[in-house]
Amino acid sequence: MTSTEPLLDVRDLSVTFTRKGGPTVRAVDGVSFTVRPGETVSLVGESGSGKSVTSLAVMGLLPRRGVQVGGQVLFDGDDLLTLPRDRLRDIRGRDIAMVFQDPMSSLNPVVPIGVQVTEVLERHQDLHGEKARAAAADLLARVGIPDPTRRLKEYPHQLSGGMRQRALIAMALACQPRLLIADEPTTALDVTIQAQIIELLKELVQDTGAALVLITHDLGIVAGLCDTVHVMYSGRVVESAGRRELFARPRHPYTGGLLGSVPRLDAPRGAPLHPIPGSPTDVLRWDRGCAFAPRCQNRVDACTEGPPPLESYAGRSLRCLNPLTESEEVSA
Amino acid sequence: MLKFVVRRLLLLVPILFGLSVLLFVWLRALPGGPAQALLGERATAESVARIESLYGLNDAWYVQYWKFVSAAVQLDFGNSARTNRPVAEEMARTFPATFELAVAALIFAIGIGIPLGYFAARKYGSWLDNLSVSGSLLGVAVPVFFLAYILKYVFSVQLGWFPTQGRQDPRMDADHPTGLYVLDGLITGNPEASWDAIMHLVLPAIALGAIPLAVIVRITRASVLDVVHEDYVRTAEAKGLWERTITRRHVLRNALLPVVTVIGLQAGLLFSGAILTETVFAFDGVGRFIAEAISNRDYAVLQGFILVIAAIYVIVNLLVDVSYGLIDPRVRVR
Ligand SMILES: Nc1ncnc2c1ncn2[C@@H]1O[C@H](COP(=O)(O)OP(=O)(O)O)[C@@H](O)[C@H]1O
Ligand code: SF4
Ligand SMILES: [Mg+2]
Repeated sequence: MTSTEPLLDVRDLSVTFTRKGGPTVRAVDGVSFTVRPGETVSLVGESGSGKSVTSLAVMGLLPRRGVQVGGQVLFDGDDLLTLPRDRLRDIRGRDIAMVFQDPMSSLNPVVPIGVQVTEVLERHQDLHGEKARAAAADLLARVGIPDPTRRLKEYPHQLSGGMRQRALIAMALACQPRLLIADEPTTALDVTIQAQIIELLKELVQDTGAALVLITHDLGIVAGLCDTVHVMYSGRVVESAGRRELFARPRHPYTGGLLGSVPRLDAPRGAPLHPIPGSPTDVLRWDRGCAFAPRCQNRVDACTEGPPPLESYAGRSLRCLNPLTESEEVSA
Repeated sequence: MLKFVVRRLLLLVPILFGLSVLLFVWLRALPGGPAQALLGERATAESVARIESLYGLNDAWYVQYWKFVSAAVQLDFGNSARTNRPVAEEMARTFPATFELAVAALIFAIGIGIPLGYFAARKYGSWLDNLSVSGSLLGVAVPVFFLAYILKYVFSVQLGWFPTQGRQDPRMDADHPTGLYVLDGLITGNPEASWDAIMHLVLPAIALGAIPLAVIVRITRASVLDVVHEDYVRTAEAKGLWERTITRRHVLRNALLPVVTVIGLQAGLLFSGAILTETVFAFDGVGRFIAEAISNRDYAVLQGFILVIAAIYVIVNLLVDVSYGLIDPRVRVR
């Protein structure tokens, strides 16, 4: 029974930035999704669609000033948005851990790697001194960093980009968290390293049973990894489905566009990619209609008359008034 | 690291050489020559001639320069025209005094400046922040000697909390083996003398430390404001670390890098501030001695003191660079 209870239950999350003298920006607008124990869930969308802000809101890492957060973030039944700060600190790093996009800037340049690993163990597992260092070396070895004892004494600039991201993953997994949030963990890395890091993440979540929220702008990365995919556009979820169904039959024109811009292994060499026309900054406000309308080839008149609702059927959710049909998917 | 230090020390040689040439040329370019300048406009021809032969001013310029340099490397800078004592002896007396004052001023400036700058940044926009920003503007704007007079007038003359001048109460029977009076009191088992020396240091140290304090507050505040938005601080938060660990290890260690550089620069500049401060408080150090040398046209003293101060300035900056390398591993590798 408990395994079907969600570990993380994000309900109607919204985040609004208000800046003095500037316009208010609703970066996340009524986002809901759940993550069950051990499940891997992906948030996908172009840059600026609100993925990072969503993850920071879940972690309670948004700046305290000029930000309004609404909705609920239930973890194990506790609402993280209203939890006292010290309780939240106990959960962060121990039960929920996070891996960020840029491994260089996410590591402290003047503190040895070893200290940056052991500090998590000291904080949450009461491991100190030699014991903590041994555990840290084990962690580094586990994420595939060779010669871990020596690496512990080194500084971030002495490691390659891929090794840095491995080190960050080691820190995140130090306390065997039940949920790992990875925000574009491979975007800053070389293409050859990207696949290795994804493979590592996949292996680790399988071994530890941790649930994973993988955030990416690249559906190609999701392909071999996630159970459920939520596609975000301009702060809202526009389509959610199981990974297989989504890849086999995208219904939202935006999802179709994202899939059309992914290089496919089964496509003939040199087959053209179809990037989505227009830019993600070219949006309509959701209260006026569908934000994707300015770029959408399926647009009908109703699309700009009011916000399309998110409708659920057959295990899918879809926010579109004129979705793709089977024949269109192919051309997308 | 050792190579780095040695290279920087070797750099001292051309700097000191260039400076000695500059000083040498400057002193000889004075109207009527140094002897005339020393004795004043109404000096008789005889006395000018006497001074010129006394100081070897009739020799060819390269002979003069060679004499000056070869003596200087043996720390022989001739005699002071005013006190008639060897310049090296005057240095041995005055440098410890100014060193003690400079250390006190830096303790004051760093001890208050870093915490104040840190809290101003963390309470960005609060009254504490506004106060520290306007205070640091005022701190650099107020002339040192004006501040020194105000401090002396209010806290010594009016309130009588601190002595008005000097380094030690003359009635106090104290030995001074090192010339650092606070230390001397401790090693000769005379804590009262130490305490008396500290009381003499308080106001001059505040006057001298005011500008470094203002600069340190400003740099610390700006630097902390930058660093708290860095990704690695967010990573530290995501690990659930305690706030004090994040502050100490992740914010301050990075935020203090530019502060260390600024402290080094300010430490070097303390000599010029010391001229005014020491004069106001009749504090028997380098600054006051130089001020008197200037008004008495005591060129031997100026020459020697400026050279030594320049060397100290370079060495202080070397120390700063070395300590920078100790806290920033990226510098060490290069
Ligand atoms: N600190 C901030 N202040 C104001 N606006 C922000 C801030 N952070 C993000 N935003 C805005 O929120 C939107 C979503 O950003 P983000 O979640 O980073 O997108 P992404 O999906 O690429 O991760 C963007 O339009 C961005 O401009
Ligand atoms: S609602 Fe209309 S504009 Fe929006 S994606 Fe669907 S068809 Fe296109
Ligand atoms: Mg992002």
